[in-house]
Amino acid sequence: MRIKAIVKRVLLQMVRDKRTLALLFLAPLLVLSLMYVLFQSNQTTTATIGIRSNVDADLVKAIKSDDLTVKTYGRHANAKTEIRRHDLAGFITQDGDKLRVTYQNSQPSQAALIRQSLIQGQTKLQFKALTAVTKAQQAALKQTQSQLNQLTASLPASSPASSQQSATNQPPTKVQQPTRYHVTSHYLYGSQDSTFFVEFLPILLGFFVFFFVFLISGMSLLNERTSGTLTRLLATPVRRGEIITGYMIGYGLFAIVQTLIICTFSIYVFNVHILGSFWLLVLINLVLALVALSMGIFISTFANTEFQMIQFIPLVVVPQVFFSGLVPVSGMATWLQVLAHVFPLYYGGAALTDVATKGFTFGDVAPELGILLLFVIILTGLNTVGLRRYRRV
Amino acid sequence: MTLTVNAEKITKRFGSKTVLDQVDLQLSPGEILGLIGPSGAGKTTLVKAILGMEKLDGGTAQVFEQTMPNRPVMAEIGYMAQSDALYQDLTAKENLLFFARLMGVPHDQLAPNMAYATELVNLTADLNKKVVAYSGGMKRRLSLAIALIQDPGLLILDEPTVGIDPELRQQIWAELKRLKDQGKAILITTHVMDEAERCDQLMLIREGIDLAHGTPQELKDRYGVATIEQVFLKAGRLQDENQSNR
Repeated sequence: MRIKAIVKRVLLQMVRDKRTLALLFLAPLLVLSLMYVLFQSNQTTTATIGIRSNVDADLVKAIKSDDLTVKTYGRHANAKTEIRRHDLAGFITQDGDKLRVTYQNSQPSQAALIRQSLIQGQTKLQFKALTAVTKAQQAALKQTQSQLNQLTASLPASSPASSQQSATNQPPTKVQQPTRYHVTSHYLYGSQDSTFFVEFLPILLGFFVFFFVFLISGMSLLNERTSGTLTRLLATPVRRGEIITGYMIGYGLFAIVQTLIICTFSIYVFNVHILGSFWLLVLINLVLALVALSMGIFISTFANTEFQMIQFIPLVVVPQVFFSGLVPVSGMATWLQVLAHVFPLYYGGAALTDVATKGFTFGDVAPELGILLLFVIILTGLNTVGLRRYRRV
Repeated sequence: MTLTVNAEKITKRFGSKTVLDQVDLQLSPGEILGLIGPSGAGKTTLVKAILGMEKLDGGTAQVFEQTMPNRPVMAEIGYMAQSDALYQDLTAKENLLFFARLMGVPHDQLAPNMAYATELVNLTADLNKKVVAYSGGMKRRLSLAIALIQDPGLLILDEPTVGIDPELRQQIWAELKRLKDQGKAILITTHVMDEAERCDQLMLIREGIDLAHGTPQELKDRYGVATIEQVFLKAGRLQDENQSNR
């Protein structure tokens, strides 16, 4: 009954606060859309690719540009080895009319640049060949025309059939056809579908849910403290645990709605393909939201004003971003890798990425979920004890 | 008759500053006890100590013969804090309902209790307005209505009449008198001296010390003055002289 009353009040307050609702539901969509556009049209990307020396020189000339540098390696150079050794974005080998492209793909935008350049290069070659053919045909046509004129002038009585005969007698123009290459692609890391956005989307999902829920729950409990309503609440027979639980349920409901909106939006609007279960993504985000909730409430006890609460963002939220998987944790120094394990978003990001890109099932991400729940339990316990400041029972 | 409130030797320190020094306070059913004293004298701290919301450095507080802090006893205390603790985004009705539910008012009692409390503080017409649109006096009245919502046996009101117009103040005092006659105990802090005159018992606190207590008439006689205001001033002067003599 009391928990229900608190949940109802939290919901009512949120619904009344239109701006906060907009922040919770629309701001993530706005930022995600912005990132989507940003990572789709990355104009400043430059890349260096390697080729074996036997690759068609015309093609190489065609794909070369200010953004794409081409380096030539030996006839038997190994693609993977050269990519690793010289940090090349890709490597091209040719075998007859077969082109084999190996992409490093650690930066999807570079792979995209190479793909694009290859297609453009081939089109350029074909276009050139086509103009050459047209020119030759035009020349042949002109020749025929003049011959025809001569013929009609010298033989005004002759039948048109004979003139046609002479025209077709001309030898066919010989034009060299461009080779149509069969391109096969190989990826050192990831796959063809990898873009920054797709790779980061699951992590971004988790981050947005975490960040906004953290901010809003922390702020609202802070408000409750500074406005005196928390003291007033504790002058009723309510249990401290009931207050915390009521908050968790109330804001948890909003977190579910937020997660559903963001997930649905990214899948249908950005057309992102999610390998694993959609509902598993929602579940992970919900657990992450609960961590954010209890953390927000916990942190708010150390702040006396909203301004002080904002000061905790660079301390508490920003480091989480670094360890969420946006920067590969496996590439960090050992002590940083150890440190990563204290950040909830490390587990959340890993679980979300695994489900979205590797199709992990509930059983596969259960350990991460368990650790996140442990965060929730510990923080909730601390929060309940923290309220003892106001009332000892 | 058993005491509703029995606080003994309440001592509270904030750091090195002693805010309450061995204060005793007794309150019987059907009695209004007025706490008077200058700002910062420790009135609110004493009130919170009785509610069990302040960790004490000495002494005990009992309410309804239960040592505080005690969660279930909270349901028997109607508390009005010094600052209005209301949810601004909610309407008055929603605020009242919320606290009624927390107080554990039975479902069938919600409507009559709310009607009674709002009627008393004259807010029935503005019940569906958001609190953010309320004036200071209206907020005070809503806080009082919340304190009365569960028909408690003990009312603890921390400066209840600040910002309330004289006419409504008269009404509220008439109602407090009626509640007292029903056998409820009322503890009230005030700065308004004519309100102090209406209390059955008075307690004058200054710098955390119980300077004097008794009925208004007893206090006036003891200091040989005509009004409580003069008691207030004279007692304060005497305390200062005592300290400087030491």
